[in-house]
Formats: sequence, C-alpha cells, structure tokens
Amino acid sequence: MLGQPKKLLVMISTLIIVALALSACGAAPAPTPAPPPAATATTAPAVVQATATAVPPPPATPTKAAPVAGACGSLKILYWQAATILNPHLAQGTKDFDASRLVLEPLAAMNPDGVPVPVLAAEVPTIANGGAAKDFTTITWKLKQGVKWSDGTDFTADDVIFTYNYASDEKTAVTTADSFSNIKTIEAPDKFTVKITWKDPNPNFYEAFVTGLGTILQKKQFEAFSGAKAKDGPNLKPVGTGPFMVREMKPDDVVTYDMNPNYRDFKNGKPCFKDVTFKGGGDAPSAAKAVFQTGEADYGWNLQVEASVLVPMANAADSKGILATAPGPNLERLLVNRTNPDASLGDKRSEPGQPHPFLSDLKVRQALAMVIDTTEMAKQLYGPAGDGACQVFATPKAIVSPNIKCSAVTADTFAAANKLLDDAGWAKGSDGIRHKTVGGKDVKMNIVYQTTVNSLRQKEQAFVKDAWEKLGTKVELKSVPAGVYFSSDEANPDTAAKFFTDIEMFTSGPESPDPTNYLKGWTCGEIKTKAGKWSGNNYERACNKDYDALFDQLTKETDAAKRNDLAIKMNELIIKDVVIIPLVARKSVSGYSKALKGIIFNGWDSEEWNIADWAK
Amino acid sequence: MSQAQATPLNLPSPRMLDTDDFIRKPRSLWSNAWRQFKHHRMAMACLFVLIGLVLVTVFGPLVYTRRIDGIDFVNASKAPELDHPFGTDDIGRDMLARVLWGGRISLSVGVASVLGSITLGMMVGALSGYFGGKLDTGLMRLTDLFLSLPQLPFLLMVIYLFRDTLRTAFGPETGIFLMIVGVIAVTTWMPVARLVRASFLSLKQKEFVEAAHSVGVRTPNIIMRHILPNVLSPVIVAATIGVGGAIITESALSFLGLGFPPDVPSWGRLLNDGRDFLEVAPHVLFFPGLFVSLTVISINYIGDGMRDALDPRKTR
Repeated sequence: MLGQPKKLLVMISTLIIVALALSACGAAPAPTPAPPPAATATTAPAVVQATATAVPPPPATPTKAAPVAGACGSLKILYWQAATILNPHLAQGTKDFDASRLVLEPLAAMNPDGVPVPVLAAEVPTIANGGAAKDFTTITWKLKQGVKWSDGTDFTADDVIFTYNYASDEKTAVTTADSFSNIKTIEAPDKFTVKITWKDPNPNFYEAFVTGLGTILQKKQFEAFSGAKAKDGPNLKPVGTGPFMVREMKPDDVVTYDMNPNYRDFKNGKPCFKDVTFKGGGDAPSAAKAVFQTGEADYGWNLQVEASVLVPMANAADSKGILATAPGPNLERLLVNRTNPDASLGDKRSEPGQPHPFLSDLKVRQALAMVIDTTEMAKQLYGPAGDGACQVFATPKAIVSPNIKCSAVTADTFAAANKLLDDAGWAKGSDGIRHKTVGGKDVKMNIVYQTTVNSLRQKEQAFVKDAWEKLGTKVELKSVPAGVYFSSDEANPDTAAKFFTDIEMFTSGPESPDPTNYLKGWTCGEIKTKAGKWSGNNYERACNKDYDALFDQLTKETDAAKRNDLAIKMNELIIKDVVIIPLVARKSVSGYSKALKGIIFNGWDSEEWNIADWAK
Repeated sequence: MSQAQATPLNLPSPRMLDTDDFIRKPRSLWSNAWRQFKHHRMAMACLFVLIGLVLVTVFGPLVYTRRIDGIDFVNASKAPELDHPFGTDDIGRDMLARVLWGGRISLSVGVASVLGSITLGMMVGALSGYFGGKLDTGLMRLTDLFLSLPQLPFLLMVIYLFRDTLRTAFGPETGIFLMIVGVIAVTTWMPVARLVRASFLSLKQKEFVEAAHSVGVRTPNIIMRHILPNVLSPVIVAATIGVGGAIITESALSFLGLGFPPDVPSWGRLLNDGRDFLEVAPHVLFFPGLFVSLTVISINYIGDGMRDALDPRKTR
C-alpha cells in the first residue's frame, strides 16, 4: 500500500510530461505547406548556396563582354496564392496577373511614382508630344518596331487591336473589361500605330493597354478563341513578347518558365535568369519564412504578416532576405452602412430608402471615427506594411489633401466623442449601452462589424471594438472567409456587397493614378441594390448631391491642376461626411533574397513589372 | 440518467431484505463500477486533473478578473511574469484570462456536443439493432447517408440556414453555441450508432435477455436496463475520443469564421491565432496547447478507466 501513492505521483508527472510534449505538437498545428517540391528540386542546392553566401560570384563570364542572358541561373518566386491561369484578361487575382506578366506585356507600365514608362510602345503619348489629344478624345500609341513574339513572329498593331476586340466581346467575359469600356473605336493607321478614340473625353488616357490590366495577347494564338470559346483557349500557355516563355503550367500549383530567346533585349543580356519557377500555395507567414529564414525562395510576394512576427524575422542577423515596401493606392477602411441591415426587413435589408437607425446620424459617425487611433493601429499591427490613414488617398501626392491630418487620440478625444453622442440624444441606458428612440422604436447602439477571416484583421477588429465599447456601444465581431466575402454569389448573405451588417472592413484602392473611376464609386448612381444585383461600387449606400456635383465637374474638367483640386475636395467630403473611416494606407510588402538585384518595388503595377532587369 | 436506478443484477428479493438485517447492502451497477474505477490509478489521477480544469475554468474568471480583450501595446508579447502569469499576446491581451475563458467554451462545447452525439447515436443504434427489419434498414441507410455527406459543405449549409434564426432567438453567443453543438452532434453520431447496433444484434440473442423476456419484462426496460449497460463500454470510449475531436472541430469552425465571433477566445482559436508566434512568443501557443492536451488526455484515460470498470465480465 505504501508504494501506491508514490506510483501515483510518478504517473501524474509522466502524464504532465507527455502533456507538455503533446502541447508542443499541438503548438504547431498549422499545415505548414511543404517547401516547393519536386518541380524545383533539381536546381535547389545551387540556389540555396548562392543565397547563403550572400555575395554570389557570378558564373565565370568574361569580365568585359556584354552580359549574357541566362547567366544568373534559376529564380524562384513564391506566391502564397497559386496562379490558376496565365491569360490576364481572364485572371482571378493578382497572382494570375503577376504570373502572366513574365510572358505578356502591356504598351506601357506604371513606375513606382505612378508615371507610365514605355514597354511595347516606342514612347508614352502625352499632350506635350502630341500623342494625346488636348480635348482628351483620342490617344495615339506608337509601337516599338522589330519586337517579336516568342514564336518568332512579328508584334504589330494588329495584335493590339485584336486584344481590344477579344476583351470587349462580352461573351469573352474578361475580368479586365473596365479598362477597355471607355473605348469607342480603335484603329491602326499603320502597322506600328494604334489610335484610340474614347466614347467621352477621357482624362485618364492611360486607362487601356497600360499595366497588367492591359497586356497584349497574340492575335495568331488567340484569334480562334474569342468570345464564348475563350475558356478553351491556350490560357495556360500564352505566347508573349516578354522576357520569359512558359515551359509548363500546373494550375493552382506551379508555373515554370524559360528565358525567351526572341526577347528584344536578349542580345543585351536580358533576362539574366535562365529559368523561373513561380510556385504558389501556403500562407503568408510560411512564405516569409521561405525568404528570410530558409532562403528557399528568392522572392516572396505579399507578406501580410503581423508586424511582430515579420519584422524580427526580416531583421534577424541571419536573415537571408530584404523586406521591400512600396506605398500603394490601397486603403484599409471601415465602411459605414447608411442603410438598415436589420434581418426583419427581409428584401428591404440594406436597401436605399431604409436609413440606418443610428449610423445615418452624422454625429454618431463622427464620434465613432474620431476615437480610432489609426496611427497607433498601423504602427502596432502593420509595422512596415502600412501607415495610419485619415483620408482617402495616400498617393499620388497631387491628390492628397493638405487639410486633413491624423490627430492623436487621447482621453480628451473620448470626452469629445462622448459629448457628441450625448448631444445627439444617444444616452447611456442601465446596461451602459447608448440608446435613443428613433421612429417610435427604442434603438440600441449594437454594432455588427464584419470582415474577412485573417488574424491581422481580427486584431484590427479587436482594436476598434475596444475603442467603440468605451463610447457605450456594443460591438459584435463577425468574420467571413474571404472567398465568400468577396464573391458575387447572390445567394450568400455574407458578402461585402450585400453588406448585411452595420460596419464592414476591407481594403481597396484606385487601379490607376488617375482617381476618376475610383471616386465614381461613391456617387449615388453606384449604390448597390438588390434590383441591381449588388453591382456598382457604392458599398456604403451613401448619397450626397454635393459629391455627385463635384464628380460631374471632374469628368468634364480637362485642366490637370483643377482636376487634382476636385479630387482633393471629394476626398475631403468623403472624410467630413464619414462615408468611410480610413484606417491604414497599406503598402505592398514583399521580401526578396539579399542576392537579388534590380528589383524596383512598385505599388502601381505588377511587382514583376521589370523582371527582365532582375539579376543575381 | 435512467440507468442510475437500474435494478441491481444480483438483487435478493425485497421481502428478504426486510427480514434479514445482516445482509450486506446491495451493490448497484454504478457503485460496483466506481469501486472498479478507483483501482485504475491513471484514470483516477486524470479524473482529478479534469475536475481541476473544470473548476479552474468555471471559477477562474471570477477570481482572476482581468479583461480578455484589454488591449495594451506597451505590454504586448510579454513572456509570462508575475503580472501576466501566462504572458500576453501581440496586442497585449492577458493570456491567462483568455485561456480561462476559452476553457469554458471549449469544455462545454466538447462535452455538450459529445453528449448530443452519443445520445443520438445510441438511440438510432438501439432501435435499429433491437427491432431489426425494415426499421433497421431504414435507420442504417440514414446512417450511411450521414456518413457520406461531405462534412464541410454540410456545415456551411446548416450554418447559413440557421445562424441568423438562432442568433435572433438566443443572442449571438448562446445561439452560436447551440448551433455548433448541434452541428457537431449531427455530424458525429454515426459511428456510435453502428457500434451500438452491432452490440445489440449480438446481445439480444443472449440468455439473460431471453430470461428477461420470459419473466415478462417490457421491451423498453429490456433495452434500457438489460442490454444498454452492456453496450456502454465501447460507447464511452467513442465518446471520450469524441470530446477531443469536438474541441478541435469547434476551433476549425471558428477558424473558418463559422463559429463564435472572432474575439471569443476558445482554446482552438487561441491555438490558431498563436501559430504564427511560435518563434517570437511561444507562450501564446504553449498554454492553450497544454490545456487542450491535458483535457484530451485526461478524458481518454477516464474513458479507459470507465471501460474497464463497466465491463460486466471483469467484475471483481
């Protein structure tokens, strides 16, 4: 009997040890995606070594001779979302645009300052050089001569016109339709000139055929697959003019490329890489590990990882990579629903004409907006990946309002916000939650606040909730898988477009430095409705006649300075009216191997926009 | 439970009890089982661990009153220290408070959904095994149907159909609790039903059942008192494994955004949220992981002990 308690003790301690061991297993539950498998295995050792030594001795090339294309060996790019198609006009996301950009090129790219630079065009048409008409009605592109497709045939204006015909055919159902929708006619006066006439004067004349949205398809290859047959086209192996050509594509997994010997700068030693592996899959944290810790990947895209994880990893003494950020147009924002999302309204839920019981009150919106310390939020949660935002634009500088500054949030701010709510008649009830009788009904400030499933966003939610609950509101958080949230599924009640909550959060931004199309999204005509199948871009269902008047002026104004002034005014109006609550001006964040050279990080175009210049 | 009042198996007739004061107090099935159970030392140790865990999660938040959502960037990602015994996460929320609160959710979801699942499974299995015939065919095809349902799409459908209804009826947290428990129960009862059916098929032929029939015991009593206790041991083992599974399923649902609101810290969610911090702040993962493991291990050992204790062939 004496021995028993002892045995029991031993057993308990064994149990605890086992538990500890198991908890360590439990601690790493994430199905951390395996490093790129077989496809890249053959070249892996050499590359890892090169990155590890940090100063890669270039393979024995004659020192004085011109650089030789293919001298840099293999390049491994890791995207945690895998590419599914290489026809950018049918692309589903950035990953597809970027993967196709190695092969297909637009007439001009946007540089990091939002200024177009020629790619397939000989020069960028401007009003100064006569390429763009002063009244914004036409634009004429001169193409480079002597450019060849990777199959050896010539690139001509016919290909550009074909691309327009392909993309403007509704049956093709391209995802890039917006960038072609303002074109009235397109013609080729000669083999190397393309003249575009706009439906209406279009001040954003770099709308078509610029950036990844406007890459040119080869007429010869795609001619038979326009319209309804688009899905059967050679979308996994397009022939391009770019520095690389597709060797093999496995959708949703990996794309391998070889350098293109017909590339126009091939004789000048471009591209430096002989082959490229564009591997997809995993998640952002594992991509960061692959770049900074293991060096498995030379380039890791969109490392949206919590700052407290990413920064130590990138700055570690043995880090194999560099963290690159570029200010971009994207703004993480809270959208304030002006319509009533109450489920009991049935079909009238979140429809115009059903004002929101408390968010239609400007003072409530102001109070909610002022207590969020966006600077602190960006610093703590985003770190290098974003700055606190207080207005719609963070770039380009010309349309950033000088009159809006982020102010620090202190106890005084909360006092002021509380006073605003008190003044507006929203008194705290016995449960501490503000309420008021609106339209004969007692309305409590219960806020449902949705966003996508993403641990960073969930922390933003916690941050906002913390501030708002101090004001005497009750905040219920909701997270929806991104696939559902951003889908256009009409049957699903959880989409961002339906907006069946009070507040929602996501990131969006203008696609081009000219903000006209983007600003259009807040006009009354863009309001999402059930009848309109939730198309349009006015998620907030806010309608302001002053704003619409400014927008009308913007579409007619042709003077650049005045246009910028108008954009600033609209920017300020959105903020004053608290249509959205800006949170973080996000930057593109990617990581690349310390051995990699020539990367110019770009927030306005594909990150691979200058991949021909990359070297090792 | 109705079995609690089960007739003692070797009961002298009541009249004899009245006349004979010296007869030893009869041992019921359950007191017998308890005597057996006490001899299983691991099971006893684990029982204490589990009771400890339950007490800690139930009363812990009353004693340790720090907020589960208090954001404090100054003290973010702190390793365990006196002020924050379990450290803090990367936005400075106290991990001890979150782990304690998370335990309430994880344990109650785990236990409630398993209870639901075995109740459903035993009902279907017992009916199907005892009565056989068309009822059996029908119920077993239903079981096959549920087994072949792709779980995730099914969950998605159920959740989209009923979330709002339940939310408005019971409030966001209770409503979602009921929904998750229900959903887990409805998708996990099938193995139990098959187990119970198989045991019933063999047991209903046994002599003691015939004997019960011949003395005129009614069918519900035969099922509940004579066959069911003999079927319990595999069911209990299945149930104990199920608790761990249910805790994990809850976290998976929360991770997909279909479970509790994202700021409700269940253990599974804490693990999911912490997985990126393995290197920077391992304590964020360690404590929820420890608690989940302790719970699952304890319940498994308790199940082991109960199986031995309830096995009628193993009576000492």
